[in-house]
Amino acid sequence: MSHDWPLWEVFIRSKGGLSHKHVGSVHAPDGELALRHARDVYTRRLEGVSLWVVQSSDIVASDPDQSGPMFEPAETKIYRHPTFYDIPDAVGHM
Amino acid sequence: MAPSLPTIQPGDVANAEKARAGGSFDAGEAVEHHGALFDYLLRLGDDSLILGQRLTEWCGHAPALEIDLSLANIGLDLIGQASLFLNLAGEVEGKGRDGDRLAFHRDVLAFRNCLLVEQPNGDFAQTIARQFLFSTMQLSLFERLTGSSDHRIAEIAAKAVKEVRYHAELASDWVVRLGDGTEESRRRMVDGLDWFWRFVDEMFQSDEIEQSLTRAGIAVDRAELRQGFDATVGNVLRDATLPLPEYPRALTGGRIGHHGEHLGHLLATMQYLPRTYPDAVW
Amino acid sequence: MYTTELKEQGGKVAPVSIVSEDPELVAAFEARVAADEFIEPKDWMPEAYRRTLVRQISQHAHSEIVGMLPEGNWLTRAPSLRRKAILLAKVQDEGGHGLYLYCAAETLGTSREEMIEALHAGKAKYSTIFNYPTLTWADIGAIGWLVDGAAIMNQVPLQRTSYGPYARAMIRVCKEESFHQRQGYEIMMTLGAGTAEQKAMAQDALNRWWWPSLMMFGPPDADSPNSAQGFRWRIKRDSNDDLRRKFVDATVPQAEFLGLTIPDPDLRWNAEKEGYDFGEIDWEEFYAVVRGEGPTARERMKARRDAWEQGAWVREAADAHEAKRRARLAA
Repeated sequence: MSHDWPLWEVFIRSKGGLSHKHVGSVHAPDGELALRHARDVYTRRLEGVSLWVVQSSDIVASDPDQSGPMFEPAETKIYRHPTFYDIPDAVGHM
Repeated sequence: MAPSLPTIQPGDVANAEKARAGGSFDAGEAVEHHGALFDYLLRLGDDSLILGQRLTEWCGHAPALEIDLSLANIGLDLIGQASLFLNLAGEVEGKGRDGDRLAFHRDVLAFRNCLLVEQPNGDFAQTIARQFLFSTMQLSLFERLTGSSDHRIAEIAAKAVKEVRYHAELASDWVVRLGDGTEESRRRMVDGLDWFWRFVDEMFQSDEIEQSLTRAGIAVDRAELRQGFDATVGNVLRDATLPLPEYPRALTGGRIGHHGEHLGHLLATMQYLPRTYPDAVW
Repeated sequence: MYTTELKEQGGKVAPVSIVSEDPELVAAFEARVAADEFIEPKDWMPEAYRRTLVRQISQHAHSEIVGMLPEGNWLTRAPSLRRKAILLAKVQDEGGHGLYLYCAAETLGTSREEMIEALHAGKAKYSTIFNYPTLTWADIGAIGWLVDGAAIMNQVPLQRTSYGPYARAMIRVCKEESFHQRQGYEIMMTLGAGTAEQKAMAQDALNRWWWPSLMMFGPPDADSPNSAQGFRWRIKRDSNDDLRRKFVDATVPQAEFLGLTIPDPDLRWNAEKEGYDFGEIDWEEFYAVVRGEGPTARERMKARRDAWEQGAWVREAADAHEAKRRARLAA
């Protein structure tokens, strides 16, 4: 007699031109009500113009224990950044 | 219109006739004719006020935390509408009464809300039935009132229509889920709709006050809203796999102050502070 | 609103041992926390950290939800349309804050359902303050002013607590709560400038809420055995007594502005320490309320249990509807 609904993650686009950003979660029995709950919980102070909800169990996340092999190899690829290259000031903005 | 509720005594009927012209029985309140527009604004404002007041009773007690927040949002919208309509009513009346004066210092016979909104919350299905029927009506009413020749009413309606569309959708979602949920929820939803079916007709009734305002382009003919209402209700109930309730004899009287027994208790609670300390400002 | 962490049985629980954990992992974890890094849900964390957080965050969430009741008691009787809307928005906020906090705690692997059941079974605590009754409209002012004022002092530092989801929830909570104390103080100002009856109402509310508000900061530092670990883990950021002193120093001038008297004959300015000295708190009352002997404790718990149990059919119905819908789609 004490069942609760599944958990959904809520993402808000705060204004046009910006990406949706994770803001929290709600419980809801289905996607439609999850959207309504997200609206009623997370947009009471004009926080957004668009909402996404995703059932939490559907999110595939990286494993923090694997953050070494996942992310550290990028550290040494400094040639991907513009500051790696020396261009004389005389050339102007590039 | 004959009083339809047996709790009204002959003396009250006489008072109610006076109320129609005067609006208030409070000692010290001026009893004078103040026009159809004032009465109409009270109807609009009182509907929102009384339903908003009912919804505050849920706060902290809803079936889920998320629902608690949803109901509070609807309540806040309704209280906001009530403030706008009642303040405007006071302005139109021109006797120095503002929205608070009207909300907290009128007695039962001077309230102009329909009977449906004053009904008790009951269980969640009953609350949803009330919200569904009322918001569906209010949506079509406000859609039309955005074109009112009185720009003040048109402006309030334009703001409120967005709120009410959400109320109607949320309530419909729940009618479908409860109707086509478990056996228990279905039974409760059937009971909830059944409780309110007596009060549906009244929401679409018009009288000389509204007809004169409709001719002036200020109000809308409520009878014209009925077809759309029936279609929407029919669709939602079909999605909810629910039968249309049997049509009982309609109960009316709210618009002339002949309410049910519930309203007096609601007002006793709501008005208790300003009534107990009449000189105080809060 | 907020509670400081309450121990399960009236205040005395030994710190949870972390010696059984892998010392290397513990050292790496503590180094991250010490470097002001945030710990995220899937990161390794000591079991004691996880358990302490679940207890603290869920107590905080329960306090928000139970805290809806004393103020909710006045929603139907708010004396103006403006006050009614403000109070409804505020109590709704408390519900939202409870929701954010339950969600933060859920990232630690405990479901909201489990936490709610622990509350209903009397196993979980919530702030003692909500076990006091709201008798008059002035209590709504006093709660906003004092209780939310005390809560803010507790909550602001928690925006930088070490557990990411908790810190993020607290940022949202603090942002939303910024109007709560002000609306309470505004009510008190209106009463203070009102009729003799309204002034008396305001003074009476202050008399009843003052000491319970001081108790909100929790037992004296000497009786807070978990503090050292809490500080090290950035779960706790200021000591109970420090926050309490800060609260008194901030609140006394506010009471003077209202023309109200703090109900403490020992209260006086201490020029040397540049703060107020104040009287001894009745800790016996505090521990009694923690044990569930507060004046409205039973009513509060019954209201929460009733809402949960009487709402069960609604939650089940929506699940059943979704199952039917999915079955129809699959067919």
